[in-house]
Amino acid sequence: MDALNSLLQGFVVVLTPLNIGLMFVGITLGVLIGVLPGLGGANGVAILLPLTFTMSPTSAIVMLSCIYWGALFGGAITSILFNIPGEPWSVATTFDGYPLAQKGQAGQALTAAFTSSFVGALVAVLMITFLAPLVAKFALRFGAPEFFSVYLLTFCSFVGMGKGSPFKILASMALGFALAAVGMDTITGQLRMTFGLSELMRGFDFLIAVIGLFGIGEILLSMEEGLAFSGKAARINPKVVWETWKILPRYWVTSLRSSLVGIWMGITPGGATPASFMSYGLAKKMSRTGARFGTGELEGVVAPETAAHAAGTSALLPMLALGIPGSPTAAVLLGGLLIWGLQPGPLLFVEQKDFVWGLIASMYLGNVAGLLVVLTTVPLFASILRIPFSIIAPVIIVICAIGAYTVHNAMLDIFFMLGFGLVGYVFKKLDYPLAPMVLALVLGDKAEDSFRQAMLVSQGDVMIMWSNPLVGSITTLAFVLLFWPLIARLVALLRRPKKVDPVLAEQPVD
Amino acid sequence: MSDAADAPAGDDAGEALVRNSSIDAVVSAVLFAVGVVVVFQARALGSGWQNDGPGPGYFPFYIGLILCIAGVGIFWQAVFSARRNRGAFVDREQLGRVLSVFVPAILYVVAIVFVGIYVASAVYIAAFMVVLGKYPVWKSVLIGVAVNALFFAMFEVWFKVPLYKGSLAPLSFLGY
Repeated sequence: MDALNSLLQGFVVVLTPLNIGLMFVGITLGVLIGVLPGLGGANGVAILLPLTFTMSPTSAIVMLSCIYWGALFGGAITSILFNIPGEPWSVATTFDGYPLAQKGQAGQALTAAFTSSFVGALVAVLMITFLAPLVAKFALRFGAPEFFSVYLLTFCSFVGMGKGSPFKILASMALGFALAAVGMDTITGQLRMTFGLSELMRGFDFLIAVIGLFGIGEILLSMEEGLAFSGKAARINPKVVWETWKILPRYWVTSLRSSLVGIWMGITPGGATPASFMSYGLAKKMSRTGARFGTGELEGVVAPETAAHAAGTSALLPMLALGIPGSPTAAVLLGGLLIWGLQPGPLLFVEQKDFVWGLIASMYLGNVAGLLVVLTTVPLFASILRIPFSIIAPVIIVICAIGAYTVHNAMLDIFFMLGFGLVGYVFKKLDYPLAPMVLALVLGDKAEDSFRQAMLVSQGDVMIMWSNPLVGSITTLAFVLLFWPLIARLVALLRRPKKVDPVLAEQPVD
Repeated sequence: MSDAADAPAGDDAGEALVRNSSIDAVVSAVLFAVGVVVVFQARALGSGWQNDGPGPGYFPFYIGLILCIAGVGIFWQAVFSARRNRGAFVDREQLGRVLSVFVPAILYVVAIVFVGIYVASAVYIAAFMVVLGKYPVWKSVLIGVAVNALFFAMFEVWFKVPLYKGSLAPLSFLGY
């Protein structure tokens, strides 16, 4: 019951008029970000990060995490009304959401999507409330080898659980690490790979990379299609909401299953996108009405939305408890914590109790606020999508440029942003996943430090990674995941080839 | 989606300028080259064991190596694999659309260096709307100026985060 007491303490910290105001501002901005093409959770938070530098860390993280919840909610609006997934994890929502909208049941679909998002997030926050302190306590005993093995596991699981060519996942990751190595070496103080440019001494900031890769890259991709929106009108009135809420409890098994899938995929860096597809696939297989999935079945909206939100929320658990983010957006939030002088990881729970529990309390409140905001403002956001792309696109590029500049007040960063934008466009087209690159860029220095410290302890003997049962099993698991594509191929050779689920085949490389 | 390569995708796209597999090969070669650069830089920094522990190039050396291996793997998959994605990377029209956004964006960023973020952004938004959106000039200028006036109020006045004013500082008369 320790957790409950701390949580109540957290509510006291968060419940100030300023924080509640910021919460609503954050949610509204977040939904806006989620709705607009080219702005997503990760780069939206990255762009707005500098605005919070003058706030207290608690207020800042409340606003930033609310932007994140808002973006998670917002993705569903475009999927259902326009058949355009605003975020990769809402691709699965389009399968049944858009047909529902075509049948004139957009209000119902949106209510179901928002409510199940809320449920997924709530289950995940409950899990964080009780699990995070335990994980943090456990991790207090970690030394350098243990931490490096967890980093190894994080990156190897990208290869093991990712979709597409394992070489591309590896390349994206290694490129991130290589970029992270540029600049001052944290241990010896030597300059690395700056090629004599003093501007490069600072290294590549991952916030710039996030803004370029996800923002500019996404705009270029959307531009290719020449975006012609054909949206369905949506009106949500209290009656529709009430009617839908009466139906939803019927799908409690799906909700629960999807939440669990989401939580699992969120803690391991599988991410929200695979979680939403996996839970859609499972629901399709297990539901009595599974055959009608894809034609506008409410359950087909509930499953992916619940899982995506549960995953998006659980991604914060390893970020808080271990300092290892489970998703690019969690990585950006982690970058924020570092800027405010808070070192995420097990010690955070001991040294910054108020902050941690304030954040966890704000997750509860933020999701309630989010549900209220999205249910009442859908028509407004749907009308924003009717603004022609030739106005939206330059404005978003301007916002990205401003965001990139404010990170370090450096002009060069805007050029880097354009460069990353081009990389993001090409990588997206060729199915390179971007998340491993961003996480490698964030964690590069820390992973390297723990590796070198571990090597110092053992005097260069790699076997330290198997020196005790804990570190040994994590390292072994990491290698199993790293070679999973090969293992899976061997298993497939021994068994009969099975058919690929057509739904899962549509999952984007994220 | 690489699994889309299973289907005979994109062979009907006659206008395709380049195929995915060709770009794949080029990108993999670039990645390999980056990997080689990293390996050599790491060697120069000291990738071995120095008297006080692992050198500054110890970790990057292996990263460069992984990058090279991945580059070779992708190249192999792009050129020799039966399942390579021969779909169109980009056709003429798409390339035109993408360049019509990207080239002005480069010009915009160059303009920021001289006239600062606000002026460059206003001109960029207005020009984008006139040229690509076919909007009347007065409307475009109005939106361009209004959006940047809002940004100016937000950053300079409310949040007190000064943005870049450019080497010519055309807005210096405002006193911010």
